[in-house]
Amino acid sequence: MTQPLQPLTFQKGLRDGIPICLGYLSVSFAFGMMATEGGLPVWIAVLISMTNLTSAGQFAGTALIISGGMYIEIAVTTFVINIRYMLMSLSLSQKVDDRMTLPQRLGLSFGVTDEIFAVAMQQKGLINARYLTGLILTPYFGWALGTFLGAAATGVLPLAVRTALGIAIYGMFIAIIVPPSTKSRPILLTVIVAAVLSCLFHYVPVFGGLSSGWIIIICAVAASALAALKFPVTEEEEREVAA
Amino acid sequence: MNYPKILIAVAVMAVVTYLPRMLPLAVFRKKINNRFVKSFLAYVPFAVLSAMTFPEILASTACLWSALAGLITALILAYFNRGLLTVALGSVGVVFLTETILRCCGIL
Repeated sequence: MTQPLQPLTFQKGLRDGIPICLGYLSVSFAFGMMATEGGLPVWIAVLISMTNLTSAGQFAGTALIISGGMYIEIAVTTFVINIRYMLMSLSLSQKVDDRMTLPQRLGLSFGVTDEIFAVAMQQKGLINARYLTGLILTPYFGWALGTFLGAAATGVLPLAVRTALGIAIYGMFIAIIVPPSTKSRPILLTVIVAAVLSCLFHYVPVFGGLSSGWIIIICAVAASALAALKFPVTEEEEREVAA
Repeated sequence: MNYPKILIAVAVMAVVTYLPRMLPLAVFRKKINNRFVKSFLAYVPFAVLSAMTFPEILASTACLWSALAGLITALILAYFNRGLLTVALGSVGVVFLTETILRCCGIL
């Protein structure tokens, strides 16, 4: 995707967003389905996608809404899952054009997702507001459209297709965590520790009272803290991890 | 359906999703220097996604066997660096096939 001589125009942003948009269509379709199967109306599912624009956070938050979770639980779970965006926005703040105004920053930061961030950081040199706007718009459209289609199609789709689509979000997560795990031992350790802890919390009866939101928080904090103590990142590694 | 409660919850989600994205880009324009905090933040995304995936993925389909087939498919495709769409739809496809076969055999 890195083409040094091509100027970072709005149109190039829109184009670079197409692969992300396609990935989002399938996952947001599954999200829309999950929301309406849980009893939420179509417009709420689309509203969540258009106001949140995040995969893991809104899946977890919506699952908690459906199961009648407390506001504080919804807030803390969503926040912990989204802490990673602080790191991404921080890296991005070093990468954007100094001329980017505050209103532009306020608007564009809404569109920082794992995938949009990764593509933005691959560009040569500083990035401007026009390019970033284009890069956000295509996936945003895909995320909203996929949610609507999934939410509206729930009643029409055969059960066999619906149960199969339940795995789509986890497939996307695996697509995000596996490739860096094969290249970085600290990330592999983080992923394995978090997975093992999470399985323990789910299968050992002693922890039966904990909701899935708190389990994610405890496992993620413990695994990341352990990895941070054992493998503090250096500057170069930090860039690799972020990309 | 309790719409006020749901809409407040959606607003809460939107705010706690927006703040971590907005604050560093708009307000803090300096770099974090604490090495532990930086390292912790670097590992958090992977830890969160891993804790969300395991063991939930095994309960995400109609039965354990189709979920296992989908999980293995996703791991293999991701290991060979396939994109989001390929990994997600690849695992969905294998789950669908597995469940169709299991239904035909009368197991599911």
